[in-house]
Amino acid sequence: MSLSELSQIPGVSGDEQAVRAFIAAAIREHVDRMWADSMGNLFAIKGEHLPGPRVMLCAHMDEVGLIVNHIGDDGTLGFAAVGGIDPRVLPGVWVQVGPDRIPGVIGTKPPHLKSSSEREKPIEMDSLYIDIGADSADEAKQRVHLGAYASFWTDFETFGDGCAKGKAFDDRVGCHVLIETLRQPVRHPVLAAFTVQEELGLRGAQVAAYTLKPDAALVLEGTTCADLPSVDGHGQSTRLGGGPALTVADRSAIAHPGLLRTLINAAESAGTPYQLKRTTFGGTDAGAIQTSEVGIPVAVVSVPCRYIHSPVSMLQLNDVQAAIQLVRAFLQAIPTEGDPPWMR
Amino acid sequence: MDALICALSNRLAPVGQEFALRDEIASLVQPYVDELRTDALGNLIALRRGKNSAQRLMLSAHMDEVGVMVTHIDDDGFIRFEPLGGIQPQTLLGQRLRFPNGLVGSVGVERLDQIKDLEMRRLYLDIGARDGDEARAKVRVGDTACFDQTAVVSGRRVIGKAMDNRAGCAVLIEALRRVSEPACDVYAVFSAQEEVGARGAGTAAYAVEPTMAVAIDVTPCGDTPKGETLAVRMGAGAAIKIKDRSLLAHPVVKDHLTRLADAASIPYQYEVLPYGGTDAGTIHLSRTGVPTGVISIPCRYLHTPSEMVDLDDLEAAVRLTIKLMETQLPTA
Repeated sequence: MSLSELSQIPGVSGDEQAVRAFIAAAIREHVDRMWADSMGNLFAIKGEHLPGPRVMLCAHMDEVGLIVNHIGDDGTLGFAAVGGIDPRVLPGVWVQVGPDRIPGVIGTKPPHLKSSSEREKPIEMDSLYIDIGADSADEAKQRVHLGAYASFWTDFETFGDGCAKGKAFDDRVGCHVLIETLRQPVRHPVLAAFTVQEELGLRGAQVAAYTLKPDAALVLEGTTCADLPSVDGHGQSTRLGGGPALTVADRSAIAHPGLLRTLINAAESAGTPYQLKRTTFGGTDAGAIQTSEVGIPVAVVSVPCRYIHSPVSMLQLNDVQAAIQLVRAFLQAIPTEGDPPWMR
Repeated sequence: MDALICALSNRLAPVGQEFALRDEIASLVQPYVDELRTDALGNLIALRRGKNSAQRLMLSAHMDEVGVMVTHIDDDGFIRFEPLGGIQPQTLLGQRLRFPNGLVGSVGVERLDQIKDLEMRRLYLDIGARDGDEARAKVRVGDTACFDQTAVVSGRRVIGKAMDNRAGCAVLIEALRRVSEPACDVYAVFSAQEEVGARGAGTAAYAVEPTMAVAIDVTPCGDTPKGETLAVRMGAGAAIKIKDRSLLAHPVVKDHLTRLADAASIPYQYEVLPYGGTDAGTIHLSRTGVPTGVISIPCRYLHTPSEMVDLDDLEAAVRLTIKLMETQLPTA
């Protein structure tokens, strides 16, 4: 399944080319035309000349990760975060550095060498380094250059009752849902955008929306899920296994009420489970798309993912299937003539 | 004017759910405009044609007000929420909140050891439901609620839950009513989603492509006991904005407004705000840039259920807006 392969490709924000190449190969024979822009966004058009509203489906290719900003005399690599990463999840993590996927482990001073005050403080990014097994700066520089990206190195595996773990489900799961959607026939124009640099501030989506000028846009995401016993009900943004989550509002956008209603109606008529996201933190490409030019109706469909922005996130495969079904039901609910349902 | 502003303030227009107010404003301005339309963000865009159709003046007053959005309903029927727009937890303590369908609840708080432990996530809304099923039958995750407070006139001042920015809406509506013939095409935009980052005004500006733009919005005052150090005083007239965090007012617009006020003996003051933003912040960056300024209405107790404005300040703002409409635009 393509989610397994997709999640394992390194694609830190700004370094999405390997993800783009994989997606391009996966959709080539299913779309009318396809191109990439100067930022690295991948566009694919299907049913361009069909009647009816032009619907943009958007998923971002990039993932949070690290970038090498220092090579120490001892051959260790200093780094900065690319996108939102909590340094506390990093020590001991296996990473792949640069285009040659040089393996490395994230190291930190062991506890017995830390002063008591150091042990009490949370770990800071500055105190961590990547160890690629080089003994000197010269040796390290032969394998890695400054500015190289490092991504988590986590195998995709299924476990438990229909669960899967892997890295970068935010937002390779959205890419997967979009790829699966493009493999099906369409009834009106579908404009796919696989965007770059979402984790750095929705940058790719801003130019993608300007390029496509759609009549409406659906953003496909992997979103937070904190359905844990230690979290009060009102802090749990989504529930694993509860079906795809629809966003009413987050920091970046308020879903178009008509488009949200259309999605809910589509889910209910198709008998697809769904849930409404229960927090307003975070943002998605919808924020950049909604305010493009004269404004675009937007909504967000997310697969709940536990532990996002960490080396291992976790999802429920039933939620992924339900998200694909929901997008299909939504597209089928749009008539090819007359006003689209969200404008009524 | 006081009746208009009270009626507008009493309407509920949570961020992103401005429909009922939009319909009311549409019916109010319809006799005075040549075209009316809405867009994907929820803006109401009205065109009043003027002598020179080659130029477009955009005037923007946002319709939305701060509120909360339901995020969770527990099995006992208590509702948790998160803010939509800049609303403080201490402001919500003991308040009543109202949903657009008329449902009202009171805000309660978990037991706090000390008041500094107060956080938004420790507040809840109690709509009087006996259990979760009753609450869930009335409210859904994603529903929005605002302060429940009826506007009153006290002396020459009006107190209400949504002077920000029904004061601006009232000024723009009244100016459309009283203007004789605009010098150029006037686009009166009643914008959506200002309180979450002036999102509506940006897309409206792209559509209108104005020659010049002026936002009409409220601004905080510095004239209350041991309050902030701000030059703006309530009752000292309309305020012409110099800057806030979202905008440096275009000097040509600022000077134009100043000359109009001087020539017509309209009381005004300058406003320098170290924080905050208005629709002007997104409008002036639209397309290749738009010379933009702001006519501000002094307002005390912003983002509380008891925002206060002065009727004489409102009249000054109306007269300045009418002069702006009736005068040829300066070259920026």
